[in-house]
Amino acid sequence: MNRTERLAALNADLAKRILILDGSMGAYLQGFGLKAEDFHGERFAEHASSLKGNNDLLSLTRPEIITQVHDAYLSAGADIIETNTFSATRISQAEYGLEAVTYELNVEGARLARAACDKFEKADAKPRAVAGALGPTTKLLSMSPEVNDPGRRDSDFDTMAANYEEQTLGLIEGGADLLLIETITDTLNCKAALWGAWEAFDKTGVEVPLWISGTITDRSGRTLSGQTVEAFYNSLRHAKPWAIGLNCALGPADMRAFLADLARVAECAVSAYPNAGLPNAMGAYDETPHSMEAHYAEWAKAGLLNIAGGCCGTTPDHIGHLKHAVEGVKPRVAAARDARLKLAGLEPFTAAA
Amino acid sequence: MSGANPFANFIVVGERTNVTGSAKFRKLIEADDYAGALVVARQQVESGANVLDVNMDAALIDGPAAMRRFLNLIASEPDIARIPLMIDSSKWEVIEAGLKCAQGKGIVNSISLKEGEEKFAYEARRVRRYGAAAVVMAFDEQGQADTAKRKIEICTRAYRFLTDKIGFPPEDIIFDPNIFAVATGIEDHADYAKAFFEATAYIRSELPHAHVSGGVSNVSFSFRGNEPVREAMHAVFLYHAIRAGMNMGIVNAGSLTLYDDVEPELRERVEDVLLNRREDATERLLEIAEQAKAGGKKQATERDLSWRQAPVKERLAHALVHGINEFIVEDTEEARLQAKRPLHVIEGPLMDGMSIVGDLFGAGKMFLPQVVKSARVMKQAVAHLLPFMDEEKERLGLVGKSNGKIVMATVKGDVHDIGKNIVGVVLQCNGYEIDDLGVMVPCARILERAKEIGADAIGLSGLITPSLDEMVFVASEMERLGLKLPLLIGGATTSRTHTAVKIAPVYSGPILYVPDASKAVPVVQKLLGDDRDVLVKETRAEYDAAREAYFSGQDKRPRLPLAKARERAPKLEFAPVRPSFLGVRSFEEYPLEDLVPYIDWTPFFASWDLIGRHPAILEDDIVGEAARNLYRDARAMLEQLVAEKWVKASGVVGFWPANRDGDDVVLFADEERSREIARLHTLRQQIDKGEGKFNFALADYVVPLEPSPPLRGRGQGEGGRTDAPRVDDRPPPPAPRGGGESIVDYVGAFAVTAGIGEEDVSIRFKRANDDYSAIMAQALCDRLAEAFAEALHAKVRRELWGYAKDETLTPEDLIAEKYRGIRPAPGYPAQPDHTEKRTIFDLLGATSRTGIDLTESMAMTPPSSVSGLYFAHPQAEYFGTGKIDRDQVEDYARRKGWDVAMAEKWLSPILAYDPLIAKAG
Repeated sequence: MNRTERLAALNADLAKRILILDGSMGAYLQGFGLKAEDFHGERFAEHASSLKGNNDLLSLTRPEIITQVHDAYLSAGADIIETNTFSATRISQAEYGLEAVTYELNVEGARLARAACDKFEKADAKPRAVAGALGPTTKLLSMSPEVNDPGRRDSDFDTMAANYEEQTLGLIEGGADLLLIETITDTLNCKAALWGAWEAFDKTGVEVPLWISGTITDRSGRTLSGQTVEAFYNSLRHAKPWAIGLNCALGPADMRAFLADLARVAECAVSAYPNAGLPNAMGAYDETPHSMEAHYAEWAKAGLLNIAGGCCGTTPDHIGHLKHAVEGVKPRVAAARDARLKLAGLEPFTAAA
Repeated sequence: MSGANPFANFIVVGERTNVTGSAKFRKLIEADDYAGALVVARQQVESGANVLDVNMDAALIDGPAAMRRFLNLIASEPDIARIPLMIDSSKWEVIEAGLKCAQGKGIVNSISLKEGEEKFAYEARRVRRYGAAAVVMAFDEQGQADTAKRKIEICTRAYRFLTDKIGFPPEDIIFDPNIFAVATGIEDHADYAKAFFEATAYIRSELPHAHVSGGVSNVSFSFRGNEPVREAMHAVFLYHAIRAGMNMGIVNAGSLTLYDDVEPELRERVEDVLLNRREDATERLLEIAEQAKAGGKKQATERDLSWRQAPVKERLAHALVHGINEFIVEDTEEARLQAKRPLHVIEGPLMDGMSIVGDLFGAGKMFLPQVVKSARVMKQAVAHLLPFMDEEKERLGLVGKSNGKIVMATVKGDVHDIGKNIVGVVLQCNGYEIDDLGVMVPCARILERAKEIGADAIGLSGLITPSLDEMVFVASEMERLGLKLPLLIGGATTSRTHTAVKIAPVYSGPILYVPDASKAVPVVQKLLGDDRDVLVKETRAEYDAAREAYFSGQDKRPRLPLAKARERAPKLEFAPVRPSFLGVRSFEEYPLEDLVPYIDWTPFFASWDLIGRHPAILEDDIVGEAARNLYRDARAMLEQLVAEKWVKASGVVGFWPANRDGDDVVLFADEERSREIARLHTLRQQIDKGEGKFNFALADYVVPLEPSPPLRGRGQGEGGRTDAPRVDDRPPPPAPRGGGESIVDYVGAFAVTAGIGEEDVSIRFKRANDDYSAIMAQALCDRLAEAFAEALHAKVRRELWGYAKDETLTPEDLIAEKYRGIRPAPGYPAQPDHTEKRTIFDLLGATSRTGIDLTESMAMTPPSSVSGLYFAHPQAEYFGTGKIDRDQVEDYARRKGWDVAMAEKWLSPILAYDPLIAKAG
């Protein structure tokens, strides 16, 4: 199956059922009890600073572990898995002094995911897609790092766009089928990511579907940069995303209302991959695979879902339960195209016809 | 309907954060005082701007840097960043610098064809990638468009280019067809404002989904330094521009003058200038400009405080209508001292004032920001009274005794809260604790709060149509979460039927529709008192009945696929009669006395809730006496109305060569049918009446363009495709036509009004507090308009079209519709689509010939107006389309050039399906 065939098959499935995305990479990796050596490997043994915690680097130093995670999620029933590239941008890798391997992290991250998918595709001829993960980076374009200097910015649009362009080029080269701009806390970062992706498309002549997933930080129902869900949607609708959704920060109970808001307006597929609840006093997540299943089942029945998966704290077991919860439930029908002028500041503004 | 008010939908772009338009703002930026600049921005938002225009184009300012800095600062001010931005610059680099700092979806102002298609395409593509809408100036390689023709030409070209070549969504295009200064003394400039109005009307009707904006203050440039005249010009300009379809404007959100508040003589002279109505318009405006300025000066320095002389009740109303809060506390206090109880001040003068505000807003004479100001004054007045009411409660031993807690909110997406505030105040005064969550409240927050405080009920309010869906959503969420709380539904667009049909079924707890503030207290008293079960039960039963009535009103008989229904069109024979003239003829100041015999009195009584046929109703056992008294008063007023010419009646009639094309009727410029000038769309019945019965569409009464093959309808084996009318590629009718050419037929149209001056009459009565006469006059004008339509139709049959020259029917026969030919009106059962009025109006030039206007929801103003089509076929009769299926809606949408959602909107009363369910299923 090549990318075009796979996407066609995936889109056919998307019309018929709720697609399954994988769960957390971090939660799974924690189980390995990885040490600094695992991250450094031989290649970065002499690296000046500690690389422990740079999960993306494991694609180069412990690729077999990453493959194991992918395999576990694919076995649990995932149709789409994410590449291990959440922080594979120059801005984020600068913290480790690893800007130089950024491109490689993306190529390898995508390659590992693609290879895992190929194995499963071969076995049953059903499509398994790789979503190239583009995280929010460590900098915000709409907010100042300093309270006393609200006009200040740590980065700028052009730098950010160039970062994402490089990441996109790497992901496409490694074989990503889709791009998933995720955990968006600042919509302007996402706009820069879209810009970078389009630049990359222009350069390579390869264009893959764009998937956008925002993060509602708390129960106020706003992104970190202050937008409501509908304002967030209005601000990104020009990208004609393949899917748009929410992930991270909230557990399923708190995410529901905002997911419903999005599901009502989105003129494309809607995705959701919540955390397994909120971290408890021990830093662990409270929602069990079983308790999550009930939420997923209710969302699916309420017609809120086209794609579902898990974020922080979720495991292949969660994904297995998710698959069970949504099996046989009709997917959400996208909202009809709304031909009104839809603007947004922090809040949405829709003009009358 | 909120859609009937053109002003409510006007998007106000705040202009004060623009260095080219505001010297104050420029000085702040030049002095690097960005804190001060933010204050200006906040003021714009607070005074009701929907969008904030930011412009940094000045010689001494580094544009990109200033834009970047100011937008970054705005981003940290949630109360400013709330609204979308308009990034305004003549330099692309400044625009791009702004776009790189804006996370929301804003508007770029502007791009144009000024430097050719290549640059236009480059900028448009990038605007699109940044995710912004764009103002497109009517500017091309030849320069800025000043005539209507050039404006239309450039905007059309830009529209096609953007939508076809760039993939720019049409709803993201906002045309600025250039507002130029008038009354400059230069003859060429005289038509500038009129050209803008014309281009605007064209853009809004011919370039689907595109918007029109403009910088209004340009128009008055030649009166620099004379603020009173400038403000008058802006008010009058906006009034006309909005009627033409302008729906966005860069204006000073804080100082909008009301059209009705412009001094009449000044208004008339301004209007003469803007509409270029007379040669000496400019001189005449100049004549009084100085005087106006002096008057205005007085206002500016010492202000006109003459209204302060009026009694306190009127002062309160004045303050509410004009949003003046300066004296509100002292006036409220004075009213309180006069009143028996503080509550009476609210229920009396304050609510009266707010109802004037509501009326003005409803009539399109106030803007949203002004209404917001009024509400603020109201709140301040109430705030002053609250401590006294508390004190009263304490004195009467009511302390701590709450009758119940109610959470109230204007639902998400809606900002209207006047009604809700009034209801809240009234309930509070009756001992209920109100937790008002404000406006735009998301469902989750309402329900959370209700749980948190242990509310006894939830009250939802909304004014605009989409709020109805949000209320359904809240109710369904309450059901999902297992809440059992009573849910109160109120607000201007809500209705008992909607509540019964859409809301009640999704929620098993008690649901109550509260039509107005006066009903709130008794309903809540019962609901939270001992009578609760009775009320809930009664209401349920009432809603069940309402729902049943609604659904039984919906026809459930089987329907035919459209192709099949078309096969069952009646096969009529034709012998067209040529009208005595082709084209349009006006009837100005039609004699009112000639209309009186044609009045059908039965509906007149119905409008007063007296049901029965005239004249039998006058002898009715029960209502006879009331009917007789009413009739006597009506005849007396009618006599006076006719004799003293209180109103004028004007009409227009037209006839055109026409042929049927599928379910459309094509109108031609001439009998050679060389050019199609318009197309009327008709809808076909889809009810399966059984074999051998006909399914009518109005088009059936016209000779088909192509003679229908005798065995049409056989050979339909391929799913009816061959029967599909030529909707996708409508070729103009071939001329000259070949051997099989059909004969030419004719269709007529008319528009009449008896309402010119009606408003003044009713105002006159209302001023005298004589509502009875005011309503009477309106009801009579309404009857006269219908009578006019009837009289004109008779004239058409006997003379103007002349197909029934020897008809001799009495007015009673006419009312019984015993004549040949019909005059169906859009919006009525034979053609429920109101938008067909637009076509009729354009054909007739109805607005300029009769003074009747169409609102954007296609209501005729003045309301005492009738318009419709004439069909002469001997077998033509009135019918109802009944409910139609999705296949016809899709087909109709294609023919109208609409998307299906738009068709579903306009045809919603006759859909045989629920579009939401159809979409989900």
